Amino acid sequence: MKRFTRLFLELDASTGTLDKVDALKRYFREAPPEDAAWALAVLSGNKLMRAINSRRLRQWASEESGLPPWLISECYGVVGDLSETLALVLPKPQADASDEPLHRVVTQRLLPLEHMSESQQRASVTDSWRQFNRDQRFLFHKLLSATFRVGVSAKLVSRALAEVAEIDPAVMAHRLMGAWRPTADNYRALLASENDADRRNQPYPFYLASPIAEAPDGGPAGLGDADGWAFEWKWDGIRAQLIRRDGEVFIWSRGEELVTHTFPEIAAAAGQLGRDVVLDGEVLAWEDGRPLPFSLLQRRLNRKRVEMSLFPEAPIAMVVYDLLEWEGRDVRGEAIEQRWAMLEEATAGETLLIPSERVSVSNWDEAQSLVAGARDRGVEGLMVKRLGSAYGVGRKRGDWWKWKVDPLSVDAVMVQAQTGSGKRAGLFTDYTFGVWDNGELVPVAKAYSGLTHEEIEQVDRWVRNNTVQRHGPVRAVRPELVFELHFEAIAASKRHKSGIAVRFPRMARWRRDKPIQEADTLESMKAMLARYGR
Amino acid sequence: MDDLIRATDRGLYCEAGGFYIDPWRPVDRAVITHAHADHARPGSKRYIASRAGERVLRHRLGDLSLETFDYGEPLDMGKVKVSLHPAGHLLGSSQVRVEHDGRVCVVTGDYKTDADPTCEPFELVPCDHLITECTFGLPIYRWPDPQKLFDDINAWWRGNVEAGKNSVIFAYALGKAQRVLAGLDPSIGPILAHGAVDGLTRAYRESGVDLPPTRHASAEAVKETKGSAMVIAPPSANGTAWMKKLRPCSTAMASGWMAVRGRRRFRSVDRGFVLSDHADWDGLHQTIRDTGAKRIGVTHGYVDAMSRFLNEQGVETHVVPTRFEGESDASDAERQESEPQ
Repeated sequence: MKRFTRLFLELDASTGTLDKVDALKRYFREAPPEDAAWALAVLSGNKLMRAINSRRLRQWASEESGLPPWLISECYGVVGDLSETLALVLPKPQADASDEPLHRVVTQRLLPLEHMSESQQRASVTDSWRQFNRDQRFLFHKLLSATFRVGVSAKLVSRALAEVAEIDPAVMAHRLMGAWRPTADNYRALLASENDADRRNQPYPFYLASPIAEAPDGGPAGLGDADGWAFEWKWDGIRAQLIRRDGEVFIWSRGEELVTHTFPEIAAAAGQLGRDVVLDGEVLAWEDGRPLPFSLLQRRLNRKRVEMSLFPEAPIAMVVYDLLEWEGRDVRGEAIEQRWAMLEEATAGETLLIPSERVSVSNWDEAQSLVAGARDRGVEGLMVKRLGSAYGVGRKRGDWWKWKVDPLSVDAVMVQAQTGSGKRAGLFTDYTFGVWDNGELVPVAKAYSGLTHEEIEQVDRWVRNNTVQRHGPVRAVRPELVFELHFEAIAASKRHKSGIAVRFPRMARWRRDKPIQEADTLESMKAMLARYGR
Repeated sequence: MDDLIRATDRGLYCEAGGFYIDPWRPVDRAVITHAHADHARPGSKRYIASRAGERVLRHRLGDLSLETFDYGEPLDMGKVKVSLHPAGHLLGSSQVRVEHDGRVCVVTGDYKTDADPTCEPFELVPCDHLITECTFGLPIYRWPDPQKLFDDINAWWRGNVEAGKNSVIFAYALGKAQRVLAGLDPSIGPILAHGAVDGLTRAYRESGVDLPPTRHASAEAVKETKGSAMVIAPPSANGTAWMKKLRPCSTAMASGWMAVRGRRRFRSVDRGFVLSDHADWDGLHQTIRDTGAKRIGVTHGYVDAMSRFLNEQGVETHVVPTRFEGESDASDAERQESEPQ
């Protein structure tokens, strides 16, 4: 636990990528494989166990510290992270850092908790609190909870491991994808130069497009002649990789989650294909050859298993735009035109696996006007892909660009504020915005991104001095601040009082120049809904 | 019975004595606890403060009609007897003791109970009514031992020198910067002071505080000490163009807020050193207990949580409103002055 704690502190302290990779490499070189396996599992975001009920943890911490539960909640509101809050409020540790190895902490302290009664759990957890110092308690809580995030991406972990193993980063990224059991043997296999591990359901790393504004010269002009590029619609759905190997089907989301059972129709269709393939594409709510609003798809996303009959109102399809594996052979290195040809052949006659239509574009101006009209077609814009290119890894810039339609925009008044969590803990960073309706401000959006640190600190101070009412963590504020909000789409909603829901709202600008009277109205947003609401 | 001191829209007011304590608008007579901008505001006719803090206060407020007194020296104001007592917050910081008809009220101003070589230690003043700050009035704020902390700061500096990097530590220009300076080990390397820190450090030295030698962080000094310097700068310097010439450097912030990981990360510094000039949760409660006060006023900070907690413990507590919310980093108000080089 000491070595792992030191790794955590190093990762937490350094802001530079190189420093983080160095810290990871040092850890993976020095740690015994049985510890490193668990460290890797948690650093890549794997859940160790069903999280212990956080209400109980708070209760026990309250009893141990002699502080009332409401005060611990108050502290949590400031810290924004329960693991850290509890580590801070518990009585000052007596012991120095414990040097129990990580795998023992996991296998003997954490995993057995699942099968214990509440009083046994309490005894075990409080014993751990006594063994650990403050940093270790924090890590212990993180391991107990469902998620463990330490500001290091899976990509960095993968890169560090690749450097330790001295193998190609892309190979390591592939080895790390999907389900993986944290044993010393598996860890050794991961670092081995050759790996025969069963890759039956392993997905490939997704290739990600970059915003076209990041192209050389800041736009399409920097990409040279439009003739060298292919164009497809940019679909607003769930990016997915469909794997069919030995007739068995797996669907992975970009979040590296197996979502096969969320989309049973797609899995069934893939099972009917004449051969094994791996396809890359987007799952969409789809009817009569065109996409339906994203909100219809969203409703099934949080379910593990979906009965086909459950959603007759939300038929889906997968629009596929690439083929990565053909009858067991990795074809990512072949030119995009060849992969398309295989894609067409593989999906011929399929109604739920639809090759993404290639859009004919002869110059950048034409592309520009197609992007501008994207919303009317129910798409987000255009994808621009280099002809002749291979399928890349990660966000390697250069071959795929996304060109999105300009966002929709309104000027709205801040009506409520709430403190953020994690990095933004204790600061008022999450705001609710309203627009005018008969002299009243009706909430239409919540947004928390888009401001600079400096602005966030200013708004935070303003909120504290302009609170008119407190409802728990939420503060109603005096209507005074106007922000220009951007969002990607607008839809009708029964859940919101305004009757409107917007997608990906964020703050584009703080309109210090605008008095609140000049903010937009619900009427104007309803007009927007009628025009773009699909 | 009426309180000797009560909150008004100009600040804390003692009617029987005819004076305000740390008023935020101009008044006739202002007793100033310390020179931070949220406590010492310009524009009042006459000021009263501790002798120890005179230079620093004048550095901050310039020419003003100021009477100074030694700690403990009694002065009669109207019907009350007033004296100033060390608060341990920074050089010259005072608690204000007010006595009338055998009743004693103490206003702590900002204070800390931890050791600090740059100012006189906090004095416990027994009283009936205590008005205490509670900037860090939550149990998540419990300070580490300052000596261990300075060991960490010096170790960080040493590590950076070995890596050929400058060390830049952000600390409020008044008080914290000098306390950090006093804890540095000058055998490790040269120490530079940002312009905002430099003048106040001089005022400290002129007041008789012994501090390690520093150089003004001029372009020339930065060039000469590259890769080994410890640079003390106000938080407002972080992210400015001024920082560029210090590269390569590792950055740190010294503040009580660094106790919370999220605040440290929000500041985007490499290291956060939990060093505060305010009392922590334990320090606040020990002080409240030890003064023997029967009635407690809480101000500046987590006043709702503090008053609820104390009331639940059977201690009669009320909230003393303030214009400045100590809950934000602005409690030391340093951020308002981003003095350029």
